[in-house]
Amino acid sequence: MPRSMLSARRALMLLAGLAVTANAQAPRKITPMLIKNGTVITVTKGTLANTDVLLENGKITKIGANLTAPPGAEVYDATGKYVMPGIIDPHSHSMSDATNEGSLSVTSMVRIMDVLNPTAVNGYRSLAGGVTMINILHGSANTIGGQSATLKLKVGRTIGEMLPAGAPPGIKFALGENVTRKSSTQIPGGPPRRYPATRMGQEEIIRDAFTRARSYKAEWDAYRAKAAMKPVKAALVAPRRDLELEPLVEILEGKRFVHAHSYRSDEIVMLLELAKEFGFTVRTLQHALDAYKVAPEIKASGASVSAFADSWSYKIEAYDAIPYNVAINVRNGVRSTINSDSDERIRRLNIDAAKLIKYGGLTETEAFETITINGAWQLGMEQRTGSIEVGKDADIGIWNAHPFSVYARVDRTIVDGETFFDRAKDEAERAARAAERAELEKAEPNTAPSPRGGGGPPGARPTPPTGGAR
Amino acid sequence: MRTLIQSASRAVVGALALGALPLQAQLGSPNPAPGPQQTVAIRNARIVPVVGAELASGTIVFSAGKITAIGANVSVPAGAQVIDGTGLSVYPGMMDAGTSMGLAEIPQGANATMDASEVGSFNPNSIAYYGITPHSAHIGVTRVVGITHVLSSPSGGIVSGQASLVNLAGWTPAAMSVQQKAGLVITLPRAGGGGFGFGGGFGGFGGGANNADATRQREKQLDSLKALIADARAYAQALDASAKDKSIPRPVADVKLDAMLPYVRGQLPVLFQADRAVDIKASVDFASEQGLTAIIVGGREAPEQAALLKAKNVPVLYGTLRNLPSREDDAYDINYSAPAKLAAAGVRFAITAGDGGAEVRDLPHIAGMAAAFGLSKEDALKSVTLWPAQITGIGDRFGSLEVGKVANLVVVDGDLLEARTNTKYLFIDGRAVSLENRHTTLYNTHKDRR
Repeated sequence: MPRSMLSARRALMLLAGLAVTANAQAPRKITPMLIKNGTVITVTKGTLANTDVLLENGKITKIGANLTAPPGAEVYDATGKYVMPGIIDPHSHSMSDATNEGSLSVTSMVRIMDVLNPTAVNGYRSLAGGVTMINILHGSANTIGGQSATLKLKVGRTIGEMLPAGAPPGIKFALGENVTRKSSTQIPGGPPRRYPATRMGQEEIIRDAFTRARSYKAEWDAYRAKAAMKPVKAALVAPRRDLELEPLVEILEGKRFVHAHSYRSDEIVMLLELAKEFGFTVRTLQHALDAYKVAPEIKASGASVSAFADSWSYKIEAYDAIPYNVAINVRNGVRSTINSDSDERIRRLNIDAAKLIKYGGLTETEAFETITINGAWQLGMEQRTGSIEVGKDADIGIWNAHPFSVYARVDRTIVDGETFFDRAKDEAERAARAAERAELEKAEPNTAPSPRGGGGPPGARPTPPTGGAR
Repeated sequence: MRTLIQSASRAVVGALALGALPLQAQLGSPNPAPGPQQTVAIRNARIVPVVGAELASGTIVFSAGKITAIGANVSVPAGAQVIDGTGLSVYPGMMDAGTSMGLAEIPQGANATMDASEVGSFNPNSIAYYGITPHSAHIGVTRVVGITHVLSSPSGGIVSGQASLVNLAGWTPAAMSVQQKAGLVITLPRAGGGGFGFGGGFGGFGGGANNADATRQREKQLDSLKALIADARAYAQALDASAKDKSIPRPVADVKLDAMLPYVRGQLPVLFQADRAVDIKASVDFASEQGLTAIIVGGREAPEQAALLKAKNVPVLYGTLRNLPSREDDAYDINYSAPAKLAAAGVRFAITAGDGGAEVRDLPHIAGMAAAFGLSKEDALKSVTLWPAQITGIGDRFGSLEVGKVANLVVVDGDLLEARTNTKYLFIDGRAVSLENRHTTLYNTHKDRR
């Protein structure tokens, strides 16, 4: 890699770091909010009727009956409404301008946080489904993919403000058909198929990468041990930094979570055994649609499962998928969540969770756990969010009916104590948006500069009719 | 020698049998066959007939596949099988009129299981009925939520073929069939390659190199479609003339034009696949101009054309409720609230899942979401029971619990549209249908392993 590119990258990383620091130094003034008289689904401490929740400085500070609003607080009457923790989606590709760096089989050096778009409208649409936090993953094109980002949906703010400080870093792994690409059409004369093309090759790629990471770690450990000795030998030279292996060393040290896209039970077991051999624990098995076949093995490994509620049959390795998957895992003591992997599905995870009651008999609380506290755990954020408890982040959705009802919708979504989705406000703004659109459509269309220089004559192109080609 | 051949062929047969097992496990499912038509009485149940008032507690009786009695004080015929419906609700079976059920199993990596799209642009004589496998695993998992019959449509090309109406039970297509030919699927050609079923856009395989080329190509395709319709009409006239006057010779039989007859004669509807407002308008105008009976399928921007749809009495099989808004400045719930807008504007519509097969079982939840965003709960229920039946022309036999109608019904322990509701009994064509399916089989195989 040329030196200029390296330094440009370093400069960018520095800038990103500065943005995070700057936001951390200037905390926002947040209006306190008292949510009055709702049915509060705490998830971890039961469901409380006619209960108030007080939010101050981005945290939940009080839960109880007849709380008093502090001066200046917004008081929200939640009579007849349901207050639940913000939904957490452990598998998303939302708001990112790129998903796959698919050229290599190991791309642990690339980072999703570098390609996030804070203005992506799908963030707002997710809020409208009661979601407050997402795990934005690299794609599944390669065995060891890029670094993921945990994001709070503070839409309208900078990415720096959306990345919660102290969230453990993660990385995407991928096994199975998306990696072997057997279902992709081979273009004649196109690039040759990339290794690995089999599940055997996938095992080998991971084994090779972690073998290299171990050696790299040993180099650094030896260097640090020598550097700690007094006096330091003048000739001591640090090993060359390797941005591919650094994240893998963090995995070996238990500092980075592995989120492993996987379908078939054999590949799940392969990865769990390999991880055990190298001394790390897989944090989540993503999709894991066949996890129900090896739930005891998953339980024994300490891994968790993040699956679709009932998607299936979209490819061969999804043909044994059953909607009872999560229930079987939960009954085996495996911490389980459901996820969306989709900007569309993320908006209705409440209904997907409700299905788990029908398919396999989860209790209502167990079903709520799959979209709240268990997701928080999978992202290492369970002390901060995922339930309604005093001291936790004020990440909350207010629903107009029981969130497991298909007739329910979200009225408010609150992240870190601030309202980022308000249906009443959204509805009130629609007329203004429509007027703005109409105004823009009436405006003269942009004209391409004429080849001889100068702008084209006004009205050179006809105004597209309303409802025309979009 | 003889022995050797025999044992060799036995080995081959053995190998085939061994091979057949995993294949069946992968690409199909033994959906349990429905039972015989019996006389059944469900007593003490809440009955939601969809047409007429709900009964808080009543009895419904069906026999020989038809509903014979419904009421608070109905006597149970002698010899009837009696089901105690205490705490349960009886609803008519739901219908999804936007599927490719049985035609498309696994889209990615198993192309051989995809049988919905023929080669070529004009295939009116391609009929879904002949491609539907009764052993699709999708059928077994769809019906257990209370979806008892569907319209299954081919796709691709400009005239994709004919859709068939089937019950989701039966060992053969004939046993499943409600109506073999139920609609002609047409997607009007779009500039830039739409309507070809692949590619699309100027860079796609179907599109022209530039705007003018694309427009020319579209006009050419449209002319071909008009010519097919004109030919079919002339063929119909020649047939009619020859039927009236034996001295006029019958035209030479043509399967393609034969297939077009019920549509150019206005006896059966044409299903126009259209999502954008411009395409919906173009489809409605085209149907008017060509004298076809139109139904819009998809219909994402149908609310924008509500006045036209109402004026022309063109119904919509709305299948895009859960689609993301297509423009950044659209309201987040623009598609969730579309059924409510259609209802308010007086446009006839039904809700479909807009899915080929595997996800059709979400239909009740999709209708429920329409109610969360403005549609009345009663209309949400009608949009997946009575209205799709009426729109596809079988409303006199399906879609509600009324005496004389086909006994497609479901007994559940809650609101039919809710995700938590469990099905307790399922009857299709008056036959008891097992609730076992590919998913329960896999569940039962694995659930107790520790």
